[in-house]
Amino acid sequence: MSKTVRLDRRKFIGTAAASLSMASLSRPALAQGAAGRVVVIGGGFGGATCARMLKRFNPALSVVLVEANRTFTACPFSNLVIAGLRDLKQQEFGYDNLGKTGVEIAFTAATGVDADARRVTLADGATLTYDRLVLSPGVDIRWDGLPGYNEAAAAIMPHAWKAGEQTLLLRRQLEAMDDGGVVVISSPANPFRCPPGPYERASLIAYYLKTKKPKSKLIILDAKDVFSKQRLFQNVWKALYSDMVEWVSLSTGGKVTSVDPAAMTLTTDFSTYKAAVANVIPPQKAGHIAELAGVADRSGWCPIDPVTFESKLRPGIHVVGDASIAGAMPKSAFSANAQAKVCAAAVVTMLANGKPAEPRLINTCYSVVAPDYGITVAGVYKPTNGLLADIDGAGGTSPLDAPADFRAQEARLADGWFNTITAEVFG
Amino acid sequence: MPLRFLLAAILMCACGHGAWAEGLDAPAGALSCSGCHPASANVQTPAPGIVGRNADDLVASLLAFKNGKTPATVMDRVAKGFTDDEIRAIASWYAARKD
Repeated sequence: MSKTVRLDRRKFIGTAAASLSMASLSRPALAQGAAGRVVVIGGGFGGATCARMLKRFNPALSVVLVEANRTFTACPFSNLVIAGLRDLKQQEFGYDNLGKTGVEIAFTAATGVDADARRVTLADGATLTYDRLVLSPGVDIRWDGLPGYNEAAAAIMPHAWKAGEQTLLLRRQLEAMDDGGVVVISSPANPFRCPPGPYERASLIAYYLKTKKPKSKLIILDAKDVFSKQRLFQNVWKALYSDMVEWVSLSTGGKVTSVDPAAMTLTTDFSTYKAAVANVIPPQKAGHIAELAGVADRSGWCPIDPVTFESKLRPGIHVVGDASIAGAMPKSAFSANAQAKVCAAAVVTMLANGKPAEPRLINTCYSVVAPDYGITVAGVYKPTNGLLADIDGAGGTSPLDAPADFRAQEARLADGWFNTITAEVFG
Repeated sequence: MPLRFLLAAILMCACGHGAWAEGLDAPAGALSCSGCHPASANVQTPAPGIVGRNADDLVASLLAFKNGKTPATVMDRVAKGFTDDEIRAIASWYAARKD
């Protein structure tokens, strides 16, 4: 049986790829045949996973991925690039292999969504109709969220919260800084992309400073009193980086209320800090297309059904990844990938008039805080009262008192996770 | 389970051309595993591949992680999120897969 099936599938995929030229993209969904068409917007860990899995779950579906960039630059592990421990090239992935799975990829921006007409408008004015739409737009910076911080300011005080040129800019600034300089990181209130990210970054910048510029100092100004893997990070700062890292919590006056890029200062309610290098991680919201589609609520994020990831605001549109309000699940690449697979199964099932089964989802956030030193937080989640909630008794962080070989093994697992997930999504 | 098989059968008919809903029958939680456990042996990671492994071995490993009988880095925390029945369903599904 398998031989026949494979032949038929290959033939089918070939035919599908040939018929799905760009010229056919605006054809009504019904013309595509009974299986239907799904449009996915955003080719990161969530969107690229979802497109691939939709096609795997039902090869007869027409699946179009809309993504503005031909190269994806991954955020996980980009803090190692900032610290000079990794090349940005190792973060870059293309879409050639995804295209070979039968997913049609439109390298352009989506500029509008008409939820009633079930139609996406692209930057060149072309339109795509869909039976179901999946949005995985990641985050956008709230440029109005922090006085003094705008796109021009980001060229002086990089956020480096979207990997690429911003990552390299922060790295160059650290390399150019004199020994004895003060590095300031501003960390936002929840929710934001990659909750342990600011603290992993602080750890790795401290590693760079300790090895290259030992008279320097790093200050984290925080809009929070608690953060992900907090005790693990604080133990690391004490054990590995002695007095180099200072964390200023919300209740001790850490919340940055304005920045001045010309003066290189960050101001809190209590004090003004002068920085040699300033890394401003600003407040964020769901990627703009979510707002245009009407699936973002007043918080700026997207409420979803925890079984199907369908928007609670606009039927027919699903949202996965950082943009979604996924309850206890953090905004991580691992979460986006896990959500995208569940969402793809739900979409295929719903298109066949089936009822999606209740899912379980897993997340593991790896942080590398020094070479050979990794820490994790894991969770297992299930739909509860309309949100994804932690399953009691599962998950949690690495032990506080683990030996060095345990930390080294978690660093190796972190590396392995990056290889595995990027192979699954882009390989 | 029968409902899942029925759904898979419906989809097979709907798709035509012999295309089948590969993986759509995954039990709850199974789709998350491939975030860390690679489908291909070419991926460099300490996390072992689980596709095509013996179901009883997988169940024994997962239950040992869950019950704290095997030292673990991450899997003890993950396995505790699943009932024994869910663990058996996930193990059987991965055991039957080829890719």
